[in-house]
Amino acid sequence: MCTYIAMKAAILIQRWYRRYIARLEMRRRYTWNIFQSIEYAGEQDQLQLSSFFSFMLDNFSQLNGKEPDLISHLLDPAVDTAVDPVVEDQRQCRYEHILVPESYSGPHLSFPLSVTDTNALLGAFKEQQTLHAKYVLQLLDKTQKFLKQMPNVIYVSSSYAKEITICGDLHGRLDDLLLIFYKNGLPSAENPYIFNGDFVDRGKKSIEIIIILFAFLLLYPDHMHLNRGNHEDHIMNLRYGFTKEVMQKYKTHGREILQLLQDVFSLLPIATVIDNKVLVVHGGLSDHTDLDFLNTVKRHKVKSALRLPKCSVDRKDVRTSSTRQRGGARLHSPHSTGHVPHRRKGHHTRPSSSSSSSSSSSSTPSVCSPHHRPPSPGTPCPTSMLQVPFLDSIVSLAPPQPPRDELEWKQVVDVLWSDPKTQNGCSPNSFRGGGCYFGPDVTEQLLRKHGLCLLIRSHECKQDGYELCHNGQVITIFSASNYYEEGSNRGAYVKLGPELVPHFFQYQVSRCTRKLTLQQRVSVAESSALKALQEKLFAHRSELMTAFQQHDVNNTGKISTAEWTQVVDSVLRLDLPWRTLRPRLVQLAPDGDVEYESCFDSISLGQPIPKVAPNLAETLCRYRTDLEIIFNIIDKDHSGQISIEEFRQTWKLFSSHLNMDVDDKAIDDMARSIDFNKDGSIDFNEFLEAFRVVHKLDIKEQQHG
Amino acid sequence: MADDKEAAEAFVSEVHKRISNAFDVFDHEFNHTVDVREIGTIIRSLGCFPTEAELHDIIAEVEEEEPTGYIRFEKFLPTMTKVLMEHKFRPIPDDLLLQAFEVLDQQKRGYLEPEELSKYLMQEGETFTQEEMEEMLSAALDPDKNVIFYKDFVGMMTIDDTQ
Repeated sequence: MCTYIAMKAAILIQRWYRRYIARLEMRRRYTWNIFQSIEYAGEQDQLQLSSFFSFMLDNFSQLNGKEPDLISHLLDPAVDTAVDPVVEDQRQCRYEHILVPESYSGPHLSFPLSVTDTNALLGAFKEQQTLHAKYVLQLLDKTQKFLKQMPNVIYVSSSYAKEITICGDLHGRLDDLLLIFYKNGLPSAENPYIFNGDFVDRGKKSIEIIIILFAFLLLYPDHMHLNRGNHEDHIMNLRYGFTKEVMQKYKTHGREILQLLQDVFSLLPIATVIDNKVLVVHGGLSDHTDLDFLNTVKRHKVKSALRLPKCSVDRKDVRTSSTRQRGGARLHSPHSTGHVPHRRKGHHTRPSSSSSSSSSSSSTPSVCSPHHRPPSPGTPCPTSMLQVPFLDSIVSLAPPQPPRDELEWKQVVDVLWSDPKTQNGCSPNSFRGGGCYFGPDVTEQLLRKHGLCLLIRSHECKQDGYELCHNGQVITIFSASNYYEEGSNRGAYVKLGPELVPHFFQYQVSRCTRKLTLQQRVSVAESSALKALQEKLFAHRSELMTAFQQHDVNNTGKISTAEWTQVVDSVLRLDLPWRTLRPRLVQLAPDGDVEYESCFDSISLGQPIPKVAPNLAETLCRYRTDLEIIFNIIDKDHSGQISIEEFRQTWKLFSSHLNMDVDDKAIDDMARSIDFNKDGSIDFNEFLEAFRVVHKLDIKEQQHG
Repeated sequence: MADDKEAAEAFVSEVHKRISNAFDVFDHEFNHTVDVREIGTIIRSLGCFPTEAELHDIIAEVEEEEPTGYIRFEKFLPTMTKVLMEHKFRPIPDDLLLQAFEVLDQQKRGYLEPEELSKYLMQEGETFTQEEMEEMLSAALDPDKNVIFYKDFVGMMTIDDTQ
């Protein structure tokens, strides 16, 4: 055959195929952007919720007396177990008196732990067994005692073993941890490990993961190292599933376990340094990060990054001007409207001060509280002093604390929450709402100051499980594969030998035996991302419709692409390529205009809605997760029931916090209508279930399947 | 005349928006730059079918005088607008694509062995990497016969593409 023709044919096919792959790559990328935007929006929501708790505290005195029940529930003083030896003794007694019934078929532990115990645990968890609460409490207690005597920054040497392995976020994915152990061997003196935080939340096996990690920590204290992540934080756990997981698996002792874990988490070391050359931390750095200072921090005081140490109101004005680069303090955002700014580039594309006007015409409630403070991105609001009663202590409320506490808090938050960026400098991490973005110069400066050569961090999901940046000075390592969706990303771990040259190992947990094509993988992830996005659109329905209709003066049901893009962008505040996504979210008219109402078509509510006013229904949809967290806190005995009175009071407080005008009668009507058996109590899970949005396609599939 | 001018302006602004949207997907830092290695994906995702050589020409045009590894939006926009306005790098019609496969299928059997196809695409023209080849075969191979029925393959890919 004429080779010239063959070559031309080959070029044509290559050209065509590369364009095809590029199209897929584009879809894969924006899918990724959707997942990430929604993930970080959730983090913002959690910060917002914490401001609700503070709002409750702000209004505490005013309401006290009128609603003693609710307030006492929310502000119930638990004792700070970390500092009270009496309570500690009591707790020890407590687990000693727990009996393991003979019917228990799970693993047994005997302390001090041996390899037999860790093997038993691994074997049992593979068989879906649960460790008995007595052993969990005992293990946590020993772990706490061990961690207490550890410094904030651990210095390890790779000289004993040939190599050291560093793993990133696991997020409750036991399969990933087991795969790492399978590929790389179990931890031992010859095979040391560093786990770099975010062991829990999101996945369904968080408790199993920390049990395994803590057991190995006690077994090989010199060869197993655990850094704290931003999810080792009881307030994060309320939203991201760990609290729920523990309460489901440990019905009787769940609360004790959680309480103890809160201390254990706060005692986890913040950083590990290998051979005085490699710094390993969960998030990253800021231009304020100083390892020597970090080493002097009283880390157990930072129970949650979402909660600043208590400070009095008059002191906060002073601080506004002095600390501009504050991480995690934008709890009251300049956008004091119902939506939090999730915009990553918000601060350069549009001035934040003007954007709050975009929703002024909408009927949606605003999160702005009556006691709203002057918006300033640098203001460390006392709002962040969140008190979650059954998990936390009120004790820290009382005395005004020195600024030192706040500096310490910031040191820890920056290390746990920050992300690298390619430009120089250090700026607030407005996308996540906590920590900083740090540039290569910040990395360079810190490494040089401490004579280090490399920073290994985790905290961000990466397509390939790892990524290098800052001229190779920063490694991101992420160990939870399929984090966003089956096939969305690989997991990885990194090994360092004595030469400190990183070697990466990638893997992907797969339930599928057949390898999917790129096209199939992209489509699966894309459709789940689009579903998540449709839910977001649905939750903002009335706000969006009002804005759409303003552009649709003639009531045609259609608006231009540019108008649609602009409305969706300004209402949802997710930084997404709406124009590209448009054909996948809405029906287009033949002339290319957008039939805007069609973006709500694929969604409906899970169950027939209880009798509530339409605007209430939408609010319930949008704040369902928040309400679930609040109700769960009020429901101290975890019966799934709260009293009508508690329901009414919470709802009143929450709606006034949202600055929403709901008349008392509407709330009373709603409360009465959901007290089905008229016993004065409300099954809030069932109630909230009605406000879970579902995809019509899924309903059909269920019906046909 | 005014209408024409308006329509033309509207068209240009529409093209600009398309380019900006595609560019933004890859602008991870929100500083109006993208990694130079992503430019090909951006251009192709905008519906263009350039060869690698043509792609290099575009990159050379939009790159800084001292290449930084990043492409700035201001430089990319005018070049890409021109490409789209002039309808350069037009799509490859299905029948032409099919002809290309037929050229490689010398014995006119209607299918290609995976080794055959790999040999051509990894040795001729703008050669595929191992990864590209494996990815293509994972979609193209008939699971039972272990050969590529290229007519079916082209049909399938075209459907994917329009979705």
